Amino acid sequence: MATTVIAEQPPGRKSLMQRFARGWEPYLYSAPALILIVTVMLVPLVVGISYAFRDVQILNPFSGGFIGLDHFRALAGDRAFLVALKNTVWWTGASVLLQFAFGLILALLLDKPFTGRGLAQALVFLPWAVPTFLTGLNWAWLFNPVIGPLPHWLHALGILSEPNNILSDPELAMWGPIIANVWWGIPFFAITLLAALQAIPRDLYEAASIDGAGPVQRFLSITLPFLAPTIAITILLRTVWISNFADLIVVMTKGGPADRTQIVASYIFTQAFTRLDFGYASAVAMVLLVLLLVYSMLIVVLRQTLLNKD
Amino acid sequence: MASIDIRDIHKSYGKIEVLHGVDLTIRDGEFIVLVGPSGCGKSTLLRMIAGLEEVTGGDILIAEKRVNDLAPKDRDIAMVFQSYALYPHMSVAQNMSYSLRLRKTPRERVASAVSAAASKLGLDPFLERRPKALSGGQRQRVAMGRAIVRQPKAFLFDEPLSNLDARLREQMRAEIKKLHGELGATSIYVTHDQIEAMTLADRIVAMHGGVVQQVGSPLDLYDRPANLFVAGFIGSPGMNFIEARYQPGEGSPAARLADGTLVALPHAYALEPDTPVTLGIRPEHVVIGGEGREAAVELIEPTGFGTILHLALHGLPFKVFTTDRKVLNAGNAATISFPPQHLHLFDQEGARVGAV
Amino acid sequence: MRARPLILTLAHRLAILAYILFALFPLFWLLKVSLTPNDLLYSEGVRMWPSRTSFDHFRFVIAHSDFPLFFRNSLIVAGSTALVVTAVASLSGYALSRFAFRAKYWIVALMLLTQMFPLVMLVAPIFRLLSPLGLTNSLTGLVIVYSAFNVPFATFLMQSFFDGIPKDLEEAAKIDGATQFMAFRQIILPLTLPGIAATVGFVFTAAWSELLFALMLISGNEAATFPVGLLSFVSKFSVDFGQMMAAGVLALIPACIFFFLIQRYLVQGLTAGAVKG
Repeated sequence: MATTVIAEQPPGRKSLMQRFARGWEPYLYSAPALILIVTVMLVPLVVGISYAFRDVQILNPFSGGFIGLDHFRALAGDRAFLVALKNTVWWTGASVLLQFAFGLILALLLDKPFTGRGLAQALVFLPWAVPTFLTGLNWAWLFNPVIGPLPHWLHALGILSEPNNILSDPELAMWGPIIANVWWGIPFFAITLLAALQAIPRDLYEAASIDGAGPVQRFLSITLPFLAPTIAITILLRTVWISNFADLIVVMTKGGPADRTQIVASYIFTQAFTRLDFGYASAVAMVLLVLLLVYSMLIVVLRQTLLNKD
Repeated sequence: MASIDIRDIHKSYGKIEVLHGVDLTIRDGEFIVLVGPSGCGKSTLLRMIAGLEEVTGGDILIAEKRVNDLAPKDRDIAMVFQSYALYPHMSVAQNMSYSLRLRKTPRERVASAVSAAASKLGLDPFLERRPKALSGGQRQRVAMGRAIVRQPKAFLFDEPLSNLDARLREQMRAEIKKLHGELGATSIYVTHDQIEAMTLADRIVAMHGGVVQQVGSPLDLYDRPANLFVAGFIGSPGMNFIEARYQPGEGSPAARLADGTLVALPHAYALEPDTPVTLGIRPEHVVIGGEGREAAVELIEPTGFGTILHLALHGLPFKVFTTDRKVLNAGNAATISFPPQHLHLFDQEGARVGAV
Repeated sequence: MRARPLILTLAHRLAILAYILFALFPLFWLLKVSLTPNDLLYSEGVRMWPSRTSFDHFRFVIAHSDFPLFFRNSLIVAGSTALVVTAVASLSGYALSRFAFRAKYWIVALMLLTQMFPLVMLVAPIFRLLSPLGLTNSLTGLVIVYSAFNVPFATFLMQSFFDGIPKDLEEAAKIDGATQFMAFRQIILPLTLPGIAATVGFVFTAAWSELLFALMLISGNEAATFPVGLLSFVSKFSVDFGQMMAAGVLALIPACIFFFLIQRYLVQGLTAGAVKG
């Protein structure tokens, strides 16, 4: 009824009101989402950035003052942080590379229909649904010689001289979370690449084989070029995501032994969670944020130069 | 039912204007067909009347009330979509009654309106089915049914038959015409198919490039196309055009073709001597045999009912349609002539030139 | 000519089998240990299946531990988060799918940004902001935080489902007499039900799995979610492997149920928001 009443009003005014209502509709729909994101993510982000320049310790009631760049000065001399930085590169690089390689192979294996494909697909993708804390615990138990078979198998294969827990071996500890991460993350790459594979028109392969291309040539000249954009974007996003992914390390090793598995993200969490030093944690977080931004920009620039060369 | 007035309607998307000022008055109960090639703005115009597109400039009036700023639901119009847009999760009966239920119509009135529409369209056996379980033609009928249960002020059709195969399309075309005869509702029908336009319309609105080219009865457009676009668009196979120069002569006006020969014209025109003009003649009006000009035969297409001859006249393509089967054995050459009463004359801007 | 394809087929099946074994073995081991009675746990070591199985660990965990409470808490948190996020993301996804408006670009950019920066950055400030509001150590606090974290991804997911529904249907509804919102509720939402189910599944799984914020925001047992409870159990009684793994198997159940429900949409879901794990 309201609209008919409006319709009786002089043309200029009703047009304005209608336009106003119509213009606001999308904002009404997006408002709840925006309010949530802004209050729970954007505001804390800004507050967190301010913490980086303040002394914020929950256990110290006199803290809270502005201290300028002190945290960053401390950071430059913090050996644990520098080790964490190095570990982050190692953790991220190894995880992404292995997840990608095994994920690509799996996607290629699942690309063509065969009997039982649906079931096989559901089973190999299952790890992705396992909660990360459980993935961490599960693998920690598998590496535990008391309860898990892996140390004994590795010993039998001659890889380990004694059936010890690799998670407590400073030299090998990082492999524990990496293997757990690869187990958990293969499905993500496989699913993404499988979707891209299925989008390649089948006639292309038929045309290529009529033109006399063998399986290897078909893979190199059709599959890879079609997958390349998906591979690039997935690796970029996953790299950022995995470098922030502290759950497995927190659960499996808590950064130990002797900080050998501490990555920057788990270091931030430890600073905030066990030491309750929010100021320092936020300073570390800012460095991580800047590094990720630089990484993303480098990728974008690299992409541009590569595109321009073509 | 109601009249619809369209006054100087403009539509722009950003900086691109797609409708350049359309004026049109549709009388109560009239069946109007908007016809033109894709991108001519006919669908945009229809969607603006429905309220699905905002009006950039000008006014739309339904039943003498300005509706520019009314939401579609308050315009009391019904629309049949090209895709039918049937609600997949509702049965046929629910699809047809949705609009009435939204208006809180009493249950018995809804039931009687649906069953009346269903029996009119032969949909009674399908009322409880989902659209997915219907054939293309049945879906089309449901879409029609959804429109007629409401008894709206006007019906809008957006290429409603183009998803059907040729035979069904013919059948539905006839049914739509019959239905309009029974209901007498104001209807606006968009199509790119000139046969649909010719057969259905009280008046055709031919559009091109966001501008109305001509409004008139189907035979008007066929007999007296206002310009080269309409002349070429209406009729199949399309009209032949020949470049020529006007020669007033001494009581025997003619057009001089590029090769210097003359084509007799029915009467004199208000043109300067030697003005460049375009001569038009429909393939079905060309006479074959007897005295005339020679043309090479390039291709013969029998259609059963008649034959289309593809000729080369002075090196340019030229089509002739005839029901005389003798042309099937025409060989390499044919003689053709142009009856003066069937000649159309267009000036350099493409507009029809009238008699003095 | 037949021999080569046969070998290839065999190799293909073996490779698939290897992947399946790799994927399932850790879960199998979890189940195995949870079913092994304590007296056999150490004596039978790496045997693939114990000579005798028992449900004692499960019985203990369900009857004599706080895990039923943790389970209930997690169910409440993950369930509420899934409902809130799906409702909110349906609206925002619809806005992105159906309207062209000036701030759209910025909203999309904001949502992408939230997927890029390290969430661990927010641990400290969120704790500091929620604690004066009484939202630490509370399930409500967790629901709010998890909802915000999951809305961007769920929005993109819902948008992709809405994009798959022809615009004609809403236009027809509007002409039939519906407002935009009625068309959304009566026509579009019912047609998006499978998509809604998928979104509920994704968000539920994510909220069920979240660890770091739960650790930070929850301290007592009362409001502990499953991950928090399990970790505190691990650090307190780290020798009761059978019980821990029985608890682990229980934690796996809801996630697996949702996984099989949403399995069909995995490809679509992950490609829609290729950002999220």
